[in-house]
Amino acid sequence: MLDFILGHYAYWFILVLLVIGLYGMLLKKNLVKKVIGMSIFQSAVILFFVAGASKWNATVPILESPEGAVDPSRYINPLPHTLMLTAIVVGVATMGVAFALIIMIYRRYHTLDESALVEKMKDDVE
Amino acid sequence: MLNNAPVLPLLILLGTGILIPLVAVKLRRLVYPLALTAVLAAAGISVYNAVNVIHSGPVYYKFGGWFSPIGIEYVLDPLSAFITAVINGIAFLVLIHAYKLVDSELPAHKHPPYYALALLMLCGYNGIVLTGDFFNLYVFLEISSLALYGLIAVGDRKSPIAAFRYLIIGTVGGCFYLLGTGFLYMSTGSLNMADVKAILPILGTQPVVIASLVLMVIGFGIKMALFPLHGWLPDAYTYAPSATSSLMAPIGIKIGAYGLIRIFFFVFGIRFVTQLFPLATVIAWLSVAAIIYGSLMAIAQDELKRMLAYSSISQIGYIGLGIGLANAYGILGAVLHILNHGLMKACLFLVAGNLRTRLGHTYISRWDDSVRQKMPWTMAAFVVGAMAMIGIPPTVGFFSKWYLALASVASKNWIFLAVILLSSLLNAVYFFRIIERVYMKPISGSARKKQPEAAAERQEVCGSMLVPTLVLGGALLLVGLLNVVIVKGILTKILPPGF
Repeated sequence: MLDFILGHYAYWFILVLLVIGLYGMLLKKNLVKKVIGMSIFQSAVILFFVAGASKWNATVPILESPEGAVDPSRYINPLPHTLMLTAIVVGVATMGVAFALIIMIYRRYHTLDESALVEKMKDDVE
Repeated sequence: MLNNAPVLPLLILLGTGILIPLVAVKLRRLVYPLALTAVLAAAGISVYNAVNVIHSGPVYYKFGGWFSPIGIEYVLDPLSAFITAVINGIAFLVLIHAYKLVDSELPAHKHPPYYALALLMLCGYNGIVLTGDFFNLYVFLEISSLALYGLIAVGDRKSPIAAFRYLIIGTVGGCFYLLGTGFLYMSTGSLNMADVKAILPILGTQPVVIASLVLMVIGFGIKMALFPLHGWLPDAYTYAPSATSSLMAPIGIKIGAYGLIRIFFFVFGIRFVTQLFPLATVIAWLSVAAIIYGSLMAIAQDELKRMLAYSSISQIGYIGLGIGLANAYGILGAVLHILNHGLMKACLFLVAGNLRTRLGHTYISRWDDSVRQKMPWTMAAFVVGAMAMIGIPPTVGFFSKWYLALASVASKNWIFLAVILLSSLLNAVYFFRIIERVYMKPISGSARKKQPEAAAERQEVCGSMLVPTLVLGGALLLVGLLNVVIVKGILTKILPPGF
């Protein structure tokens, strides 16, 4: 049991990050804090892929000698890293859109608090 | 050129979407014709592809010539060919209609980015449907979602809030899907759907595989607004500009349904989702809840767009029910309903757009007979659309419900059958109250005093808005009459092996 917990410590850490991110996105009232939660959540997913690619006694995926057979167990799997480069770009774009929306909301309602926003939306003339 | 036909719709939409902001710098007049031409070309090529695939079998397109488990593969099988043809065809009609709406609802400097985003969103949808690679699907999911957030946020005063809420929930959905992909990649070592399908039987029901399936289903469930995950939808539909809601309502949520069909029946396989880990049953019961909840909420709404949004939640339930029943009739019904509901919702949202242009609002309680006298053709299209939603025979709605009913009978689940019948009644309640108001309620107030005898003045919308509405209304009847041809000729080829 202890081995199971210690042996997967990276994944437990990622799980904690995922929960923190989800908590921030869904339960925090301030819109900027929601975006912070979203960023933590995305980072956790990215770390999950990167953690899954690593292995013991392996090095960067650049062939050490051009000749002879290649032993894949000596190199870290590069595919998750390349995938996550794309995911990071997606995350940055999402965050950009989120902040643009927050600016629009602030200019119209002069608040970023969810409950205050709900009140002000009710007051809006239909 | 024709060898590349499977990916051309996607590339045309992507290229034009990027080109539009550049063209707009000097020649703003050209933006709309360019966008319309691109969507027309995409629609034409997708129909050509669909005909080809139905006749001569699926096409596997290898991007950059890389072989399939290593490179990214695009799969044009009957299902994806059919769905792309539906998406692009409906998008073309909606975009014709959108010209005047965008003109009246948005300031001129926002038109080029609006069309660029619309094309990027369509590109994302095409990509989701065509790709045979899990990670590629995630990228297209995010492209379409990011474009959609922008398209929603240019609406009225409350629209940025609706867009922000959708962004938060949509990102959770996207990340869950990505996490599911990660689990699947780490257990199978592949991202290619066909490859994963071949490896999965060896793994059996390992917790990792089940976790990846559940995470992906939550991700698609949020995108398709399946019942407990539907929270973002009503506000987004109501506050978005009319052109956006008529673009995203018919095709947006169907993409999630397509994703569900793809991973359920083409990757994990029918046996996995019904026997080894009966997630299909869960989907079926959630869909039943969606059908009832959506219909009841729709009855309570006074604003047409919000009512249509809740009716979308209920209608996506039919698609989910067909997927959840997981037999041949169920899948036929679900895929047929993707087409049918696309046509119905497009028709009804175009009607809502027409009404907003002429009346300036879409509050049902303020309508009376004058609406019908002002806009006889629009209201005729509305009646056909309403009949299709209720499921009155010659229209399309009847036939998808018929197949779903057959599916419920085939799986001997009488509760589902009862729900399908009950929901038709509920649909009748919320559409007939509008029809009654528009055709029977006498004109009240000042208008009557001025002209006691004469009819209200004709104020029908212009041709570019009326023609797409009527074409969709006609299609509701025509597709209904031709449904045997569609089901026998196209949809039976869609069924995955094993039926």
